[in-house]
Amino acid sequence: MAETDFIDDGDEVNENAKKFMFVNRRAPYGTLYALESLELVLITGAFEQDVSVAFIDDGVFDIVKGHDTKAINMKNFSPTYRALEGYDIEKMYVEKESIEARGLTVDDFVVRVEVLSAEELSALMADQDVVISA
Amino acid sequence: MKFGVLVNEGPFTHQASDSAYHFTKAALEKGYEITRVFFYHDGVNNANKLSEPQQDDRNLVRLWSQLGKEHDLDLVVCVAAALRRGLKDEILAEGFRISGLGQLVEAGIDADQLMVFGD
Amino acid sequence: MLHTVNKSPFERSSFATCLRYARAGDSVLLFEDGVYAARAGSPDAEELKTATKDRTFYALGPDLEARGITPDQLIAGVKIVDYGGFVDLAAGEGPVQAWL
Repeated sequence: MAETDFIDDGDEVNENAKKFMFVNRRAPYGTLYALESLELVLITGAFEQDVSVAFIDDGVFDIVKGHDTKAINMKNFSPTYRALEGYDIEKMYVEKESIEARGLTVDDFVVRVEVLSAEELSALMADQDVVISA
Repeated sequence: MKFGVLVNEGPFTHQASDSAYHFTKAALEKGYEITRVFFYHDGVNNANKLSEPQQDDRNLVRLWSQLGKEHDLDLVVCVAAALRRGLKDEILAEGFRISGLGQLVEAGIDADQLMVFGD
Repeated sequence: MLHTVNKSPFERSSFATCLRYARAGDSVLLFEDGVYAARAGSPDAEELKTATKDRTFYALGPDLEARGITPDQLIAGVKIVDYGGFVDLAAGEGPVQAWL
């Protein structure tokens, strides 16, 4: 089967879609994981899979507003999370315990996210076909 | 049972590649299929044939090449991650191939379980 | 499902986070530096002991041996498995989440 057979070509639902959850637990810029994981999320969306993205622990900082990376000379990738919607990736979750520990609320994020407790997120996680962490 | 394996770290600095190797070997010994071993982030460095560890230490690059050859494994290195780190065809160890991230997505789709080894 | 933890609880909070996510019936495998979480007196040792009531904890034997951790030093209830046992756990029901 060619790779292009999976490329998004409209609003058709992929009945064979597997459930992929991407777990982001790392802060941005200190390591490359968040950026390279985002690249993987985009490709998985292009393959019309059923994608969820969960931000846990320091991963919640990946989507916080106000990143200004000029002085550290690195790519600001936080706006790219807004592009996920174009790939039909809308299931974005932040862990309640993580945002509370860090004094954050939903208004602090560049994208619309659903706040779930660890208990709720773990139930979602158990329901996935593939869980990828970085 | 089919496993896909994702290796996120390079050889030696982290134990991830060793763990992934031992897991893969054990799975094969149990008769399971390994649909693909995908190397992402610094994991691409496991394909660098220029790696020259000390004589009395394991050579992870060679171990992966040998395991790949023995069991006809598909050892895939992510092209974008590889380019970032200067891992190119001319220094690619035997048995590895460079391809797109789509190969990892396909591994996730084809396998019953995708195992992640990282830091 | 299976949860794996490969970093020491003294270094990183990954094991603590894992405990928030491991549900009744789940398995947790400690390997690489994660085996230190299974050592008596480690951070989260009390939580681990409580969690053994409805979750099963495993430590990878080769990683324990490498680090000089003997079975008598482990928190009660943690089972030791080898790589073959790791594969068996991974072949079980549900996905695997690697808490890195």
